[in-house]
Amino acid sequence: MFVLLGVALVVIGFALRINPLLVVTVSGIVTALIGGIGPLDILNAFGTGFAGSRSVTTFAIILPVIGLIERYGLQAQASRLISGLKGLTTGRILALYMVVRQVTAAIGLTTIGGPAQTVRPLVYPMAKAAEERRLGLDVPNQALPEKTAEKIKAFSSSSDTVGLFFGEDVFVAVGSVLLITSFVDTNYGLSLEPLNIALWAIPVGIVAMLVHGSRLLMLDRTLKTMAGVVPATAATRAGGAL
Amino acid sequence: MITAEWLYWVVGAFFLVVALLILSDPSHAKRWTSGIFWGLLGLCFFYGTFVIAETAPAWVLGIAVLVLVAIAGTGQLGKGTEVTTSPADREASAERLRNRLFIPAITVPLVTVIVAMLGPKLTIGGEPVLATGTATLTGLGIGGLVALIVAFVLLRPPSLATPFREGARLLEAIGWAALLPQMLSTLGTLFTQAGVGVAVGDIAAWVVPEEIRFWAVVAYCVGMALFTIIMGNAFAAFPIMTAAIGWPILVGNFGGEPAAVFAMGMLAGFCGTLCTPMAANFNIVPAALLEMKDKYGPIKAQLPTAGIMLVVTTVFMYLFAF
Repeated sequence: MFVLLGVALVVIGFALRINPLLVVTVSGIVTALIGGIGPLDILNAFGTGFAGSRSVTTFAIILPVIGLIERYGLQAQASRLISGLKGLTTGRILALYMVVRQVTAAIGLTTIGGPAQTVRPLVYPMAKAAEERRLGLDVPNQALPEKTAEKIKAFSSSSDTVGLFFGEDVFVAVGSVLLITSFVDTNYGLSLEPLNIALWAIPVGIVAMLVHGSRLLMLDRTLKTMAGVVPATAATRAGGAL
Repeated sequence: MITAEWLYWVVGAFFLVVALLILSDPSHAKRWTSGIFWGLLGLCFFYGTFVIAETAPAWVLGIAVLVLVAIAGTGQLGKGTEVTTSPADREASAERLRNRLFIPAITVPLVTVIVAMLGPKLTIGGEPVLATGTATLTGLGIGGLVALIVAFVLLRPPSLATPFREGARLLEAIGWAALLPQMLSTLGTLFTQAGVGVAVGDIAAWVVPEEIRFWAVVAYCVGMALFTIIMGNAFAAFPIMTAAIGWPILVGNFGGEPAAVFAMGMLAGFCGTLCTPMAANFNIVPAALLEMKDKYGPIKAQLPTAGIMLVVTTVFMYLFAF
């Protein structure tokens, strides 16, 4: 039971907003020591853990190309494109993106999007441009208020994550479905069909689409309220960093 | 067979280039510590290949990783002075290039998906060309490189170093968050080795009311979500909560339909993933990548959805799985 102290350390560390890298590392070492793992084994665990999880950092390979097209005005072009499509509001763009993300993930195309692949270069610039157009800002001389920009960034990220999570489980060959079948088949002697697991994910996926989709559409109203509180002319430059 | 190791070397090489760019910039606020951080991180990506192949000791990498944490965790990572184009330049450039600017951006997912779908079917003399489970990573790697070439031809940047300077700008904006997902993965391993999962499972099995089906369902779903919040990963929570509640109580005692119970149990775990900083690659890295002030912004946007979906999953399991 004492190993749960490590879990408590993580919770306290995150709550106190200490640098997460430090929190996680210290908690890992403390937990391992309580669990009776020796110093050399702990170092080995950090080494093999790092080596075995390098795949999560491979998104870095597309940073040069994203940076390059940003340099040549990707975001500016996104806003020009959006300005021609009057019906597209921030909320509608994000809801539309989430549906596309979820449906493509459900047929196995999970890597079609992602924070680096689509959110930073395409989704956020378009969502932001739609709000800039609605407020009638003279881009690039006027920028969105920082609070508004932060809100749009947060919901842009969420549209990608929610779409992915509740879409990928519908696809039979995805990690989570295969984990379920392999775990229960080996441990409990069942022989579950991945398709059966995947089918049960469909009703939940549809509800998730409706719930988060509505929240994304309601974002337009939130943004209207925010614009009423903070006049666009008093905009800071902070929102224009992207 | 081709594994994903070449991609790790390319990523490692990119980090080394970023380190060189930082070290050669006297105006960089934290030139030495930042340079050492990205350089050492790059070397770790190369060395990791030999750790996986078990031809080099893992503890050496362990020490290097702790040095990385010490540098980044104590605020020694800085950002260089940005040498990119002005908003007016970008406006003019967009006017000239128009929608051609989207071509490199769309190339990445397009190539990734094509390789991920066709890659596993490629064989030479009956042997698969790509190692199992690496097609997607290979696709991302090839997609990134092809897009870079396309962008070069299309945009004709002033020098070969330009995309790397721009990439370094984004990487430095991400900063320490770039290392966090890998550290969390290690933490998960240490938690498991030290017996955290068993301890949580014991508690769950101890508090769950065994007689009332509704509360047992609630315990399984909420337990999945909470344990996922702690571990940052529904995959880590699933075996433990299923062994403690899902299998013995929901399927065993109450005769639940296994496929439905387990499928929705996993989805309840996903609700937890939506609200935890421990799932850094989904929640913290995007915030860093979008240069957000509030690194918990995406989590705050997802919390209400996660709460509603947890209730929905629990109710669906109660109604349809028995």
